[in-house]
Amino acid sequence: MFTTLKNRFEQGCRTSAYPKVPVELASRYRGLPRIVPEASAELAARCAEICPQDAIDPVRRLIDLGRCVFCGTCERISKGAFVSFTRNFELSVAEKDHLLTAGTLPDLAKHSRQHFKRLFGRSLQLRQVSAGGCNGCEVDLNVLATPFFDLARFGINFVASPRHADGIVVTGPVSRNMKQALLDTYEAVPAPKVVIAVGSCAITGGPFRGSPEITEGLDTLLPVDLFIPGCPPHPMTNLHALLKFFK
Amino acid sequence: MTGSFVEILNSAAFHRPRLPHLPFADFRKQALDIVASGGKVVQFFGYTDGGIDKLLAVLRTDKLLVAGCDAPEVYPSFTSQCEPFHLFEREIAEQFGILPEGHPWLKMVRYHSNCRGRADVFGNDYKEDIPGNYPYYSVTGEEIHEVAVGPVHAGVIEPGHFRFNCIGERVLHLEIQLGYQHRGIETLMQKADPKRLPVIAESIAGDTTVGHGVSMAQAIEALTSVQPDAGAKMIRTIGLELERLANHIGDMGALSGDVAFLPPANYFGRIRGDFLNMTLLICGNRLGKGLVRPGGVRFSIDSEISRTLTERIKELEPQIRHVLDLLLLTPGALARFEGCGAVSHDAAGKLGLVGPAGRASGLSYDARRCFPKEYYAHLNIPQNPKSTGDVFARAKVRADEIMQSIQIIRSLLSRPIETRCVEGSNFDLAPSSFVVTVNEAWRGELSHCVLTDADGRILRYKIKDPSFHNWNGLAMSLRNTGISDFPLNNKSFNLSYCGFDL
Ligand code: SF4
Ligand code: SF4
Repeated sequence: MFTTLKNRFEQGCRTSAYPKVPVELASRYRGLPRIVPEASAELAARCAEICPQDAIDPVRRLIDLGRCVFCGTCERISKGAFVSFTRNFELSVAEKDHLLTAGTLPDLAKHSRQHFKRLFGRSLQLRQVSAGGCNGCEVDLNVLATPFFDLARFGINFVASPRHADGIVVTGPVSRNMKQALLDTYEAVPAPKVVIAVGSCAITGGPFRGSPEITEGLDTLLPVDLFIPGCPPHPMTNLHALLKFFK
Repeated sequence: MTGSFVEILNSAAFHRPRLPHLPFADFRKQALDIVASGGKVVQFFGYTDGGIDKLLAVLRTDKLLVAGCDAPEVYPSFTSQCEPFHLFEREIAEQFGILPEGHPWLKMVRYHSNCRGRADVFGNDYKEDIPGNYPYYSVTGEEIHEVAVGPVHAGVIEPGHFRFNCIGERVLHLEIQLGYQHRGIETLMQKADPKRLPVIAESIAGDTTVGHGVSMAQAIEALTSVQPDAGAKMIRTIGLELERLANHIGDMGALSGDVAFLPPANYFGRIRGDFLNMTLLICGNRLGKGLVRPGGVRFSIDSEISRTLTERIKELEPQIRHVLDLLLLTPGALARFEGCGAVSHDAAGKLGLVGPAGRASGLSYDARRCFPKEYYAHLNIPQNPKSTGDVFARAKVRADEIMQSIQIIRSLLSRPIETRCVEGSNFDLAPSSFVVTVNEAWRGELSHCVLTDADGRILRYKIKDPSFHNWNGLAMSLRNTGISDFPLNNKSFNLSYCGFDL
């Protein structure tokens, strides 16, 4: 008992005051990228060429956040003269086209479905489905339950059964072998239901694009309401998306 | 005899024409002899070279040994005489359509058609998703019941199917069927634009990003002239140890949670996040994605980062010690841990368990000590074998390793770390070569093999995640255990689905 109490005092209270107080992430964190419009065509082409995810359109000067894994190679190669990464972790969008960006994203709150806010604003129960992927996205969804983020204080929980859920959160590139289980889970959720795609895998196939064993984009199978980019998205990116979209 | 297995060094290129290529009968006999007298299987896989299908095995004694042979269409199974080949033979059967006759439990590993377009050994037709030709081991009797769980589980975790045969609450047998996360990574590594390799490798298993990243980088480095400098090796070592810490600490939290001891579950959960954030501090990603590239690392640890890391670890160390004590000295938790899910030393050896799960059953092998790469040759890695093989032993190995990893990182941070950062995207691989890399990732022995053809293209990329060895350990631990202890045992192994499924 004494040890339990001693530990309790040593640990203190660790919950973040976000969203009331802004959170600043480490300086090397790569959030929303910004494209430098004045960069030479040659530099843009070189970045596009070296990007492991072929996420850069050098002509239209856009980055596809659905494909990007935020490795920062383009920033390094161009020494920030074509792409530079900000520490803004607010990356999520409600329409897939919005993922093509030169550095600004539409306000998520304005694009969220109003009836979702009404229905789920005070209580949102989600069922997570891992469908391929590397388990990295799950890692950073799981931490939302730890004391720092404490997702439950917003009335948002991950539940065990799709029957108890208001929607599904999908990670991974929907491997062939998980497709049916995913569709069955979706079916089991009572309507109206939300579909959230987390991570570059779920949005575009991510690092595995081109493999015949996966699906390039969850939206080819199910209607996706919310896209959360990243590889994996930082827990703050997830938290921001859930709060902005539903609250 | 016409040749025999020869020694190969960890992460050193080997000219393929010099690889011993034995008649199949000799290959089989020698491999069985080596493993029967205590050797272990590191890699055993098929590949196609100039239209001919071949097999290759890397075995380990106190050295790494390699040899190959032409692949027969049908051959007498190794497993029937020597258990550690069990899953490797099933994998070869699935990937190449080669039949190991007399294999005691021949069924598919990951549900996919073979690369040669031959009839599936297991009689599955993969035009259908998840075709159903897979009998489960079943026990019969009036009071026997089966429990089927998954692929979709109750938590935020990966998919897999578990089939329990129980009598009352007691589990007689657990069979685990994976493959749901199969993404075709080995083929992708072979065919994709080389600029993608690091990103794909880092996504084999996200919780082992640095482990797989380093394994891939070592393989590429062996096949090219680019070499990491001493600073890069130190940073990779720090990355590997931070990964070990974050995961082990997370596992201790999960174990606390599963015996409903919530204070340590929450403290460990938070402290794990602190370690993920240290990796974020170094490379901008909590899992270490983007840190390692062939030739070195992409991010340095300057004096400011070094100081911050040192301070954070200094602050956390006593907290970790106290929370570990809180968990491991509480009788209520110990009552659940001790004696639960024991895997005997003998069973662990036959299954070929690696990493903390192996050490908990007394197999002291640790690749950091036995085949050191990166900065490990300069470090003193203690042996951590335990004898009881139960949940407690698996927890205790982790607790010991947590404190050791903290010491390793502290000692590395106390030295000057200088490196020239690399981007590492273009590389020309040595033609007709072979390399095997062996590392101790946090779950145990992790190995990548690369074979190149005469033009320096990747002919075969073979990945073995430690979980490949250990899933059967979990199945074994459940025997005669209450089914309600499954979650606890599962956490005590905490294996990778995606690392296994590839
Ligand atoms: S950060 Fe994104 S756009 Fe830039 S190189 Fe990496 S994947 Fe490509
Ligand atoms: S998006 Fe990245 S982190 Fe998420 S599952 Fe895919 S590879 Fe892993």
